[in-house]
Amino acid sequence: MTEPLLKVENLRIELKLRDGVAPVIDDLSFELMPGESLSFVGESGCGKSMTALAIMGLLPEGIGRIASGKLIFDGEDLTTASEARLRQIRGNEISMIFQEPMTSLNPVITVGEQIAEVLRTHQGLSRKAAWDQAAELLDAVRIPNPRSRVSDYPFQMSGGQRQRVMIAIALACKPKILIADEPTTALDVTVQAQIFDLLRDLRAQTGTSIIMITHDMGAVAEMAERMIVMYAGRKAEIGPVDQIIDHARHPYTQGLISCVPHIMSDLTETREELTEVPGIVPSLREFGRDQCLFASRCKYRSGECLQHRPPAKGFGNGQISDCWHAEAL
Amino acid sequence: MPAARVTLIRIFYALALLLAVLVLNFSLMHLAPGDVADTISQSMGGADAEVLERIRIDYGLDQPFLVQLGRYIGNVLHFDLGYSFFYNQSVTSLILERLPATLLLVVSAQVLALVVGVVLGVVSARRPNGMLSHFVTFLALFGYSAPVFWTGILLLIAFSLKIPLFPVAGMQDITVTGGFFAHAWDILRHLVLPMITLASIFLALYSRLARATMMEVLGSDYVRTAKAKGLSQRDVVYKHALKNALSPVITLAGLQFSAVVSGAVLVETVFSWPGLGTLAFQSIIARDTPTILGILFFSALVVIVGNLLTDFALRLVDPRLGGRR
Ligand SMILES: Nc1ncnc2c1ncn2[C@@H]1O[C@H](COP(=O)(O)OP(=O)(O)OP(=O)(O)O)[C@@H](O)[C@H]1O
Ligand SMILES: [Mg+2]
Repeated sequence: MTEPLLKVENLRIELKLRDGVAPVIDDLSFELMPGESLSFVGESGCGKSMTALAIMGLLPEGIGRIASGKLIFDGEDLTTASEARLRQIRGNEISMIFQEPMTSLNPVITVGEQIAEVLRTHQGLSRKAAWDQAAELLDAVRIPNPRSRVSDYPFQMSGGQRQRVMIAIALACKPKILIADEPTTALDVTVQAQIFDLLRDLRAQTGTSIIMITHDMGAVAEMAERMIVMYAGRKAEIGPVDQIIDHARHPYTQGLISCVPHIMSDLTETREELTEVPGIVPSLREFGRDQCLFASRCKYRSGECLQHRPPAKGFGNGQISDCWHAEAL
Repeated sequence: MPAARVTLIRIFYALALLLAVLVLNFSLMHLAPGDVADTISQSMGGADAEVLERIRIDYGLDQPFLVQLGRYIGNVLHFDLGYSFFYNQSVTSLILERLPATLLLVVSAQVLALVVGVVLGVVSARRPNGMLSHFVTFLALFGYSAPVFWTGILLLIAFSLKIPLFPVAGMQDITVTGGFFAHAWDILRHLVLPMITLASIFLALYSRLARATMMEVLGSDYVRTAKAKGLSQRDVVYKHALKNALSPVITLAGLQFSAVVSGAVLVETVFSWPGLGTLAFQSIIARDTPTILGILFFSALVVIVGNLLTDFALRLVDPRLGGRR
């Protein structure tokens, strides 16, 4: 079997709050294989972006830190790597696209320069060569007239085009891992579909592994082979996407899936009424408790759910669910 | 909008503003008691009502207000600002003689305040809880609350009298001989204290604003992107962050330009710096109306040109304003 490209082992990320420290990510483990596409889903605030930033070594300074665990990339533990070494990896071997295309590009620097500087930094390209390649990359992300648009500023581009530029920057050095943090949340629906198409095609061409963070179960079904469902800083369920959609082993995953009308209609041929997961996510301060954090919203809740954190239960098909009632579901 | 058109519109507004300043100045002076005839008669050692009347007729002071105003504006358009009977010199040549000293002081103080302010702001923004950051906060409070003349006198006592590093007053030492460089060095030595005094207020303002904007920019999404690209610290701070933090500071510097010019009046007086400020002070006491009007006009001109330059500088750092392409 091939070695995983990225191995996250018992990762714990702590945030400094006004009244103490809270674990935004608590004991998270997963593996990413070369060329694989893995999706993260979960409600707002469950720690998806924090996980991504931790992998990049970009947790908010003075607020967030990796308290324990390992991030093993290509055999090297990133949690102990020097800042200089991390700089070599960032944007070169691991890249990231952010949630907000409107603000993620520098407003006073041309998009061409914003692409070219990565090439100069990591590949030592000359000014001219980097600039030429920036135009080629704009072409690759399907921006029309790339030769003239390289000298545009971000304000001269639409949100979708800016996200394409971000993708061009992220893929400029042909990274081994691309982390896309809700790359389409801020865009309108038709543009979302185009961006997903683009990412899929580029992935087919380059073989880059993708970690795709999203709220959108439809996008997960289209883009990813495996998915991780996060809840309140913990892994709820992980497994192959089709298996999980077919038979979710965690009540929270079931709730998420039933929120999405088109997946349900594909599966059951009936359009059930849109449901939502009742209740609210616990606040950061409650994240560390030794109990199932989903219990307060769960219809299967029993005594042990409130007394102990549920153990991970594996199934033969690669699914793992952190729920006391996983087998019974 | 194309940059050339924007520039033309700006210049048009600047000229209109200048005209308004002329009208306002002249009207104000007209309302104030005393006129040129008084000055002339004083310099003659006093005159009776008849002589005063003749002087008024000679100089057109008996004409209606609008006629006098029209004639004044017409003259100014020909660079004729009138004649100072107090200094026995044409106002234009009097001012042009003093203008370089003031420009030197104002521009060097403004540049010093900007450069040091931005550097302090940037460095302290990178370590918001460090020693330097607290120092900047203190400096801002001190610089902003201490009156200019007090700071000036304090510096004079400290660095001219107690530790005689710099000359006490004036702009040049007449005993200095030698070539261009000897004179330049001499002027520079005289410039240091007034420049620091004048810069201190603005340095405080700029460093505080630079620190605040820089902190905001360093937390922005695009700076995070720059870090995610694996760029060096230097590129992240000076290329990606600073360029964005400059606009607000330049805007403030432009707005403060008039304050710098009026601050120069006080500083020049404290250090006997032979510029427009000391001239203004003396001519107000002497009620030398043409000179006062001329100085007001030139100060307005300096401020307006300063604002135009600010505008161009802003266009250079922020492409969204349409300065390029
Ligand atoms: N700079 C910060 N300071 C303090 N708390 C933060 C900071 N950034 C994020 N948090 C908190 O950390 C938790 C996890 O945030 P994170 O951004 O990882 O959520 P997310 O799953 O990406 O949500 P979304 O889907 O809204 O992007 C949230 O509760 C958030 O309030
Ligand atoms: Mg997020």
